[in-house]
Amino acid sequence: MLKIHVDMEKCQHYGQCVFDAPNVFRLNDDDKLEYEATADDSEQDNVQLAVDICPMQAITFTKAD
Amino acid sequence: MTRPVVIVGASMGGLRAAETLRKSGYAGRLVVIGDEPHAPYNRPPLSKEVLAEQVDHAAVAFPIAEVLEDVEWVLGNAVVSSDLDAQTITLADDTVIEYNLLIIATGLRPRRLSMPGAPTRGAHAIRTLDDAMALRPELKPGAKVVVYGAGFIGCEAAATATKLGASVTVVGKGPVPMLRPLGHQLAEDIQRRHEAHGVRFVMKTQLTEILGDDKVTGVVLDNGETLECDVLIESIGSLPNTEFLEGNDIDIASGVHVNSTLHALHQNGTPWSNVFAIGDVARFPIPQFDPTTRRVEHWNIPTEMARKVGKQVALQLGEDAEAHATELAKNFAPIPSFWSDQFEVSLLAYGLLDQGEEVRLLEGEVGGDCIYGYFKGEDMVGVCGIGMRSKVMSYRNKVGLTATA
Ligand SMILES: Cc1cc2nc3c(=O)[nH]c(=O)nc-3n(C[C@H](O)[C@H](O)[C@H](O)COP(=O)(O)OP(=O)(O)OC[C@H]3O[C@@H](n4cnc5c(N)ncnc54)[C@H](O)[C@@H]3O)c2cc1C
Ligand code: SF4
Repeated sequence: MLKIHVDMEKCQHYGQCVFDAPNVFRLNDDDKLEYEATADDSEQDNVQLAVDICPMQAITFTKAD
Repeated sequence: MTRPVVIVGASMGGLRAAETLRKSGYAGRLVVIGDEPHAPYNRPPLSKEVLAEQVDHAAVAFPIAEVLEDVEWVLGNAVVSSDLDAQTITLADDTVIEYNLLIIATGLRPRRLSMPGAPTRGAHAIRTLDDAMALRPELKPGAKVVVYGAGFIGCEAAATATKLGASVTVVGKGPVPMLRPLGHQLAEDIQRRHEAHGVRFVMKTQLTEILGDDKVTGVVLDNGETLECDVLIESIGSLPNTEFLEGNDIDIASGVHVNSTLHALHQNGTPWSNVFAIGDVARFPIPQFDPTTRRVEHWNIPTEMARKVGKQVALQLGEDAEAHATELAKNFAPIPSFWSDQFEVSLLAYGLLDQGEEVRLLEGEVGGDCIYGYFKGEDMVGVCGIGMRSKVMSYRNKVGLTATA
């Protein structure tokens, strides 16, 4: 399982992460980022892509059992 | 020793290429060379947060992934020349490195004014962390700032300087700021919002002289006006860093010309099998738009190119010829994307806005949150919104030309 954290102090709600990992990240109707705090291991590649592309470098994740 | 894969340019493009090479199974020697003293860092905050707050390299540095443990970093040392036939590059300290495969990720540098005898203290450009750190202490409340060049970086710097209490005049050649990337309607709208915050625009005007002995005290414009200032920010475009490639049979007119697999091209258009270019320095075709090649100086491009090249090169140097052939058959076809923050205006765009022949307001209203579409015939080639981000994003997949394959 993946534990995902977005530093909401840093996040500017650009939504770049949404395209790389749409199952984990989305913008809500107020254009604010919402995300799943945990995700299946199968999402790891996508989440890593989102980590890389985030302009504010706000996303981190760890692998937990 | 075996010849390494060498990446020239230790910024976002270079870093992501190194990561992708390792993750795609390349375990051989990997050398990353950068002329800046800093490990790779994030550039967009330089005209925004870094100017506005007291931050240092640590605050903008990219994390270095574990897979990069055994990368040989050469920082603070420029590549000054190359011999692509002999597969060698030469560094500023005369070190010669023989490479197996070369990835060029050297980006751009700001074009600077060259006015003989003009003062240099007080004149700034913004591309590197050191640039931003040098500029920041000068943006004091009450400072008089002239921004020369009304593109994105100039307008962002104008907004940041205004927020810090400086009084800012933007001088630009065109009729409105950011005309080429945004088109008239949106550009005018954003200019009005800047003006509401006190930024003054002097458009259709060029700078003819910089005043001051050793420090800038003012500028003279071709409309006869003289503007007093303490700080001059030059944001008049950029030049690709390709000088170290001169003397080789490689097309470096306006950036390194690459094909859809990001191979650098000879002057006659045939590819080099072991030279690639990625990021801001690369001039490439975007097949879903048109056959012309262009540089795209937007955020998602270095990373997307790096992912493609990293994977492709790892396969080229690996055993699985079939997998390599499959990767080579995939054309690089990104959807350019950018954002920009200026005061309360937060822009998000997809596509090639400057290809639009007609601009239509798609949602919202001028002056408030709104979305513009950029059309070539009935095809939408770009979309740009102020606010309304999730709606802008929903247009992303509609961007492109239908007529091309
Ligand atoms: C101030 C600023 C604000 C920006 N804001 C935004 C934004 O809001 N939204 C957006 O979409 N994009 C923005 N961008 C664009 C984005 O940052 C760039 O597209 C991206 O940094 C390009 O990455 P790159 O790796 O291709 O090139 P670069 O980041 O330019 O890196 C190239 C590196 O190579 C080094 N180098 C050059 N020549 C040599 C040599 N001969 N030998 C060794 N090293 C060499 C350079 O010093 C540099 O470190 C901004 C850029 C700047 C400068
Ligand atoms: S890409 Fe980064 S800044 Fe943008 S919404 Fe996602 S987490 Fe926030």
